[in-house]
Amino acid sequence: MSSERRRIVITGIGWVTPMGHDIESVWQRLLNGETDITPIERFDARTFPTSFASQVRDYDWTKFVKDPSLHGQPGIHTQFALGAARQAWDMSGIGSFADLDPHRFGIYLGAGEGVLDFQSYQKTCLASREDDGHTVNTVNWGEAAAKFLDGVGEVEQEPNMPASHISREFGIRGPVYNCLTACAASTQAIGEAASMMRRGDADVMFSGGTHTMLHVLGVTGFNRLTAMSTRNDDPATASRPFSKNRDGFVMGEGSGVIVMETLDHATARGANILGEVTGYGSSADAYRITDIHPEGRGPAVAMLEALADAGLDPAKRRDDGKPPVQYISSHGTSTNENDHIETLAAKKVFGEMAYDIPMTSIKSMMGHLICAAGAVEFITCLLMLRDQVIPPTINLDEPDPDLDLDYVPNVKREAELDTCLSNSFGFGGQNNTLAISRV
Amino acid sequence: MQFQDRHLRPWFNGDYLAILTGQGRTVAAEPRKLHYRPMTRRVVISGAGPISALGVGIDDTWNAMREGRSGLKPLTCFDPGAFPCHVGGEVDPETFKVRNVVPKSYRKAVKVMCRDVELAVGAAVAAIHDAGLKTPGVDNEDGHVIDPDRMGCQIGSGLIAADVQELTDAFVTSLGDDEEVDLGKWGVTGMENLTPLWLLKYLPNMLACHVTIVHDCQGPSNTITCSESSSALSLGESMRVIERGAADACLTGGAESKLNPLSYYRQTCAGRLADSRGLEVNDVVRPFSTEANGTALGEGGGLLVLEAKDNCDARGGRARADLLGYAATQSCDHDGMSATAEDIAAAIHNALRSADLDHESIDAIVPFGCGIPSVDAAEADAIEAVFGERAASIPQVLTVPYTGNCNAGNGAIQVSIACRCLETQSLPARLNTGTIDRNLQVGPAEARDAQLSNILVLSASQGGQNTAVILGKIS
Repeated sequence: MSSERRRIVITGIGWVTPMGHDIESVWQRLLNGETDITPIERFDARTFPTSFASQVRDYDWTKFVKDPSLHGQPGIHTQFALGAARQAWDMSGIGSFADLDPHRFGIYLGAGEGVLDFQSYQKTCLASREDDGHTVNTVNWGEAAAKFLDGVGEVEQEPNMPASHISREFGIRGPVYNCLTACAASTQAIGEAASMMRRGDADVMFSGGTHTMLHVLGVTGFNRLTAMSTRNDDPATASRPFSKNRDGFVMGEGSGVIVMETLDHATARGANILGEVTGYGSSADAYRITDIHPEGRGPAVAMLEALADAGLDPAKRRDDGKPPVQYISSHGTSTNENDHIETLAAKKVFGEMAYDIPMTSIKSMMGHLICAAGAVEFITCLLMLRDQVIPPTINLDEPDPDLDLDYVPNVKREAELDTCLSNSFGFGGQNNTLAISRV
Repeated sequence: MQFQDRHLRPWFNGDYLAILTGQGRTVAAEPRKLHYRPMTRRVVISGAGPISALGVGIDDTWNAMREGRSGLKPLTCFDPGAFPCHVGGEVDPETFKVRNVVPKSYRKAVKVMCRDVELAVGAAVAAIHDAGLKTPGVDNEDGHVIDPDRMGCQIGSGLIAADVQELTDAFVTSLGDDEEVDLGKWGVTGMENLTPLWLLKYLPNMLACHVTIVHDCQGPSNTITCSESSSALSLGESMRVIERGAADACLTGGAESKLNPLSYYRQTCAGRLADSRGLEVNDVVRPFSTEANGTALGEGGGLLVLEAKDNCDARGGRARADLLGYAATQSCDHDGMSATAEDIAAAIHNALRSADLDHESIDAIVPFGCGIPSVDAAEADAIEAVFGERAASIPQVLTVPYTGNCNAGNGAIQVSIACRCLETQSLPARLNTGTIDRNLQVGPAEARDAQLSNILVLSASQGGQNTAVILGKIS
């Protein structure tokens, strides 16, 4: 039966990121170890515990769609996704495939919710108070909302809107999903999309994710959780995964979208194949609302499942002496807890071999794109497989003495790569790992 | 451990924790790529836990629908006077208190549950009970019947609205001279008025987070956010997870509450709410009728236990229905990205094909039937297109006139009711006071016995996701 399993390949990639809006220029910047983390421009965050972020700039979504009027006023998360999807679509060349069947074309995104318009929202709340100065009268609230809160903007915040707009842009009529498992969402989306295609539910799918939490309540929420770096005096060095003095993650925003196809479908139309999803593992911590299991139970199981799915034995070197995977794209958020536990989990899975597997975090340069992080990291894995080079983990001058794996500090490295793992772990306990191989 | 199918994991024959602690790693001599099963693993629904204005659990829900008692009432949880629809389906706060259904050790966590999470946690307990499963969450000392890492959890969830009062209480601490929030003050002191875990109350995946913690489900867990199709899409995903061997059972379904001012406003802006002004409560939701002008909202949903039949049989569980067919499609034509008949019909055809059934074998339909004219019309047209002349004689089961539209949770209620129809070989009463000009069985009807082999359940979401699920009687 195993020989009948459909192979799932990637034929198109695209992203809209804080470091640029096209694949190649951002890739070069990642290889150079650049970063673009600066004070928040979208609202006045000067007094916030964290006042900086990794921000998408100078992005015009209307250049990426055939007719902007088809989309009305999409939310920012949808705008990012439309640009990323267009790039992936164009690269894949699938638009010129005469036998493309829209009913066999699906979407599985891990998109976040849209942006609440804080200014209008607070106006609405404050205008609807009773005489006591704080109790909200909900009738007043509804009337104030009609005055201040833009109706389209409210509807466009639904997390399924990016997928719905993509379906409209490209005329997609197959199965469409959106999952929202926080920081794990787009990795999970790609894994489940592969699972759907293996099952035969679609021949082609868009997958990936999109998100921004760069708004007042988003930044407030993470500040209250004390999860973000507060290195306001030096934002460019704030995202420092695995380093001794890391103090939290740096919020980013953006989108990564890929075109996935069954190998048969891609081959039949002579598509250029960028790589293959060979394994997917998913688990839940089922431990605590805020904490990862201290033994790294969930992350380790996700990696083990992905390896098993790919037919790889974590205990066995290949005939050429190399580990079964030659690179791990870590979740690597730069929080104390994540980096510690992820390192522990990698050691549990690979034993002594873990020291021979480079494990980096592009979040050191890009920041954490939340729901979109996994997709963007998946795309960098494909580029690593293509160019046989690993971008560095920057800001790693003084490693945490407890974290002793090979994090490729500060300078990129040439490497022979056939198979990578890409990890994403979400607040709420969802852990997902993909195995990605050269074809 | 006896129910685990260890050969699904070619490399890992031992217990995961043993592997993680460095003891007992077992490596198969020959690599076998059997992780994904051929698509033959039969999947059944072995437990249902709906929660809605009709009550908590399948018995209360079913009894109300047998007797034709709607749960819709004038809304009491907030004054919806500024919005067109003043009735809704509220879960009775006296009969459902989430702190009473979680283990004592978990009561502290209740403080960080928004309403949607409470509903999911309540539904999960009801589903686990109905399935006869044992988990740490149902005060069981013997532990799991299903191993924790063979139990998955896929829950449909909505765009959860933060509580306006909670935020306003914080806003008023940071007012500037213009009586609006001064972001400078907000950053220094204002935000301190929100509980540190504030954000975690409202993340959509917190439904699955709490449910997996309470019941120790360590298999794949996901949160599907496709408005009214979320429950059915979750069901489809759970089926896939079990088929591919990543779990033996999954909690699946969804829950949502839009009974708050912000969600009401959003639904009003989207043109989905009925105008209830001047109407009797029973006249507000009239699916497929000429007078229908929108839907009413309910809070609720449900979780189901979806389980591999081999697993259910081995543990002596009772299957309620076979999951025979499933398909999802997307409507992408309309500006509002809402359902089209063609794409709903495609979902039905694909589900029939996946079940290897023809349309003659469908004995009843549970449509979304929400009362929004364009959605109703698309569903009715699709049913007529697929079933032709037979469409007029197929009994339909309507849930929204009972519970309100429970959004991400709605599909789980529909599926729960369909399971009970198959089990009892009977149909609940149908409520509808509108004028029906379609030749479909959607007008008012008493509960009755019926011979039912297969039931079709439909959804069509705001955003264009359509699903069709086919459930079969257990023979």
